[in-house]
Amino acid sequence: MSAPVQEPAADGAAQFCDQCGEPSAAAGHDRCAVRRTLEPPRFCPQCARRMVVQVDPFGWKARCSRHGETTS
Amino acid sequence: MSISTTSTSDRAGQPAAGNILATAREQVLERGEGLDQGQVLQVLQLPDESLDDLLALAHDVRMRWCGPEVEVEGIISLKTGGCPEDCHFCSQSGLFASPVRAAWLDVPMLVEAAKQTAKTGATEFCIVAAVRGPDERLMSQVAAGVAAIKDAVDINVACSLGMLSEEQVTRLAEMGVHRYNHNLETAKSYFTNVVTTHTWEERWETLRLVREAGMEVCCGGIVGMGESLEQRAEFAAQLAELTPDEVPLNFLNPRPGTPFGDLEQMSGPDALRTVAAFRLAMPRTVLRFAGGREITLGDLGARQGLLGGINAVIVGNYLTTLGRPAESDIDLLGELQMPIKALNETL
Repeated sequence: MSAPVQEPAADGAAQFCDQCGEPSAAAGHDRCAVRRTLEPPRFCPQCARRMVVQVDPFGWKARCSRHGETTS
Repeated sequence: MSISTTSTSDRAGQPAAGNILATAREQVLERGEGLDQGQVLQVLQLPDESLDDLLALAHDVRMRWCGPEVEVEGIISLKTGGCPEDCHFCSQSGLFASPVRAAWLDVPMLVEAAKQTAKTGATEFCIVAAVRGPDERLMSQVAAGVAAIKDAVDINVACSLGMLSEEQVTRLAEMGVHRYNHNLETAKSYFTNVVTTHTWEERWETLRLVREAGMEVCCGGIVGMGESLEQRAEFAAQLAELTPDEVPLNFLNPRPGTPFGDLEQMSGPDALRTVAAFRLAMPRTVLRFAGGREITLGDLGARQGLLGGINAVIVGNYLTTLGRPAESDIDLLGELQMPIKALNETL
């Protein structure tokens, strides 16, 4: 899946939905919000790159090639 | 495989609830003989008003033929994504536009996950890889992982690595892998609607090899993939014919980007009827709540399932999605006074 890859906001704020990779400000993230309760992030919230995600029984790790790793 | 023709109806197309429940009580609860395909279909067609009675009967069957213990398991993905197969429900196929990217877990992370899993009281830890079948690199990684886990943790190690050759089955058995998971996924008559890159018969062959090698057979599937009730009953009967040691029962969680991504989730009552029907088809098997139960059944459904035929759970997260916190399930088992099966009972 190709997601829009953008430069992050200057203040580092999350610009993109971590579930669908679309801009957070756009409408239509209701399903993403529901999904987020049982899904790890899939897209970097800063640049929308698709992240490498590893789930284990008790948590998850998500790595963006540009912005590094986040964990649950 | 026989199909019962003794169906009786009290209204068009609906079996008389009392009849099939009375039959199941005498046949399954008293004699320990599972329902056949036609009888399972009658159970799946029961109206919602009969659901409480059905679940109570399935629970009685489970308690009589399996006992009160619940088998707890953690699962982990050793190799995620990039799979060449086209299982239409799966976000790990490399053929679909799923957001899941390929990733490998290293051995120290595998051992740590096994340790954390054992701390919950779990006796099973299943290593899973999204592959058609293991190549030499994966077999080597599994061998290193199994050995490291066995050195560090008291827990049974199971594997799910796709289709195996006879030589690979032998190697896994020699590593000390005590159970092998390979799901048939759905009824034989519906399989080509779900997978086209390999056959139901290929999966059955791997299961045959696993049993021959002396490993326990873990085989289940996913319900709610668009199969008819007749095909769901067919699937239960085909699993019963296999006589697996464990049946993991998943409920479709439609994954974005997959061919089944837009299917509706099955209803809670349908899911619970399926749990009970599978228990009545297989009174002695380990019937495990697996993926999709959170979105299909919620917290209340977890309780109803455990009081409706389930006697095993996957705790914590799944392979690519998150589950209920492990402590929620452990607390629930305590509340229901269902002891966790001890390791010495499964080794």
